Amino acid sequence: MKVIVCVKQVPDTSGKVAVKPDGTLDRASMATIINPDDKNAIEAALALKDQTGCETIVVTMGPPPAEGMLREIMAMGIDESVLISGREFGGSDTFATSQIIAAAINTIGIEDDDIVLCGRQAIDGDTAQVGPQIAEKLGLPQITYAADIKVEGREVTVKRMLEDGYMTIKTQTPCLITAIKELNTPRYMSVGGIFETYSKPMQVFDFNTLKDDPLIELDTIGLKGSPTNIFASFTPPQKGQGEMLEGADQKTVDVLVDKLLAKHII
Amino acid sequence: MDFNLTKEQELIRKALAEFTEAEVKPIAADTDRNSEYPKDTIDQLFRYGVMGMCVPKQYGGAGADDVSAAIAVEELSKQCASTGDIVATHNGLCCGPIINFGTEEQKKKYLGMLTTGYKVGAFALTEPDAGSDASKGTTVCEDCGDHWKMNGSKIFITNGYVADVFVVFAMTDKSKGTKGISAFIVEKDFPGFSVGRHEVKMGLHGSPTAEIVFEDCIIPKENLLGKLGQGFKIAMNTLDGGRIGIAAQALGILEGAMEETINFTKSRVQFGRPISKFQNTQFVIADMEVARNAARLLTYSAAAAKSEGKRFTKDAAIAKLFASEACMKYTTKAVQMHGGYGYTNDYPVERMMRDAKITEIYEGTSEIQRVVISGNVLGK
Repeated sequence: MKVIVCVKQVPDTSGKVAVKPDGTLDRASMATIINPDDKNAIEAALALKDQTGCETIVVTMGPPPAEGMLREIMAMGIDESVLISGREFGGSDTFATSQIIAAAINTIGIEDDDIVLCGRQAIDGDTAQVGPQIAEKLGLPQITYAADIKVEGREVTVKRMLEDGYMTIKTQTPCLITAIKELNTPRYMSVGGIFETYSKPMQVFDFNTLKDDPLIELDTIGLKGSPTNIFASFTPPQKGQGEMLEGADQKTVDVLVDKLLAKHII
Repeated sequence: MDFNLTKEQELIRKALAEFTEAEVKPIAADTDRNSEYPKDTIDQLFRYGVMGMCVPKQYGGAGADDVSAAIAVEELSKQCASTGDIVATHNGLCCGPIINFGTEEQKKKYLGMLTTGYKVGAFALTEPDAGSDASKGTTVCEDCGDHWKMNGSKIFITNGYVADVFVVFAMTDKSKGTKGISAFIVEKDFPGFSVGRHEVKMGLHGSPTAEIVFEDCIIPKENLLGKLGQGFKIAMNTLDGGRIGIAAQALGILEGAMEETINFTKSRVQFGRPISKFQNTQFVIADMEVARNAARLLTYSAAAAKSEGKRFTKDAAIAKLFASEACMKYTTKAVQMHGGYGYTNDYPVERMMRDAKITEIYEGTSEIQRVVISGNVLGK
């Protein structure tokens, strides 16, 4: 059994956002973090490794510096990593990205008892489309919004969180599951993991590695091949500072009502 | 000469910074106010391999280098000097001498307990009448053929009432002076061992300090650490390493106080502008930055010298002396920059100022560091 975790390096939303002339994010100039939901997927993979001793592989698509993130994830305990990196892949939308990642997973090889884990969605695009699209392209059953995962043999039971309750779904491996933050608390890097991470295997899949994979269609990858294009990215203007009114008397209430009326809130 | 941290050391900083922000910072004030040993935090630090991080892999540790160990204590101490102290003592003063002087059997048993066994370690040298003059200890250990019998007491023992394993120094032959001191590994469950008074301290309230007492304490024969009569050398060697830990702790406290001061002075408005706009504040921040950088370089260079197997006695003393005095000076300044708020426990700088003081005292006072440094410079 092996667990493949798909992760994305995303801009740290607490830092500055920079945009390139083509409207896409200038990722190179921004501080980056591991996408938060993906950390829950990593933790789920590590929990399965603790439980079953299975092999764990992390996959990401990004520029070469994304290696730093992969080393951090291996320092958390993941066994090996794959970095999908190539100029031809740059600017891919979710359709193109999922195709490339599906091809990479196909190249690694999916066996009967394997599981693919993704985070629900990335904090930069917020689409929640890549995980489900990878499943479709690989022909795997998918369960999204997992708040609990139990694996017994090939049977996978997932508690799927909905807005108004839970749905419990059973399926068979191989399958793809997307994780939400309620699933678990991600662990930190360990000291032992840090001292091992740079000797763990990391493969780079470039365009040549993936171009002949049956899941790749050369005219639907990269910025040019993406069916959707970003029209513009911008930092929304900051809201003005709030105003605090103090007091429990009629006068304060009147001032408050006047202010709300002036802004057409009431 | 390379002043860059290795990739692993950078990751140690990142991991410990994330851990400290999420797990240590939120409870640091309560740990201090309630004088509460942060057991859950320490258990997590065992889980992540920070406790016993320098222990070689084959005995349960991560085989980390001394710069990484210093960075770990520094990061923890930025928010909670008590937690930094517990870790520095465990790693430097208990695991350290067992790694350096233990037999294969001692390493297997005790380093295992001190890493994957989640057992906390301590170091017991100081006695009521033997502080800086450590050679005047009166705790004795007698050879009874098939075991040792220890009598006496030790005071101010960090981790004293939570530790399971103690490295203890006792006189085995009074006639030989310092060459009559030997080191022993003592477990808290050995018959005749007990914990005495818990100290009530100015700072480091989360760090459990206690007296430990030996009344005909039975110690197995094989628990002599190092050779008979080698104890004083083991103690001095261990304290050299421990001083790097205290330098790192002082550096961390200083950095924590500096961060608090920067945040406060940027938001505190007096005379119509943030007080960070006043030159008096700016000069204090500049001096803090200079001291922080100097303390960092001295601490890391002493740690690097230790890792490289070089002589580092003087380097460790210099780092500890400079970092601890800078820590005391600038935590006091941090309180001053906070004005009246700094004197209340609503802000962490008053705790940091109280925590800072001990760094000038334990593991060799500033005065002892000057003796060590001048002795190295002037020769004998």
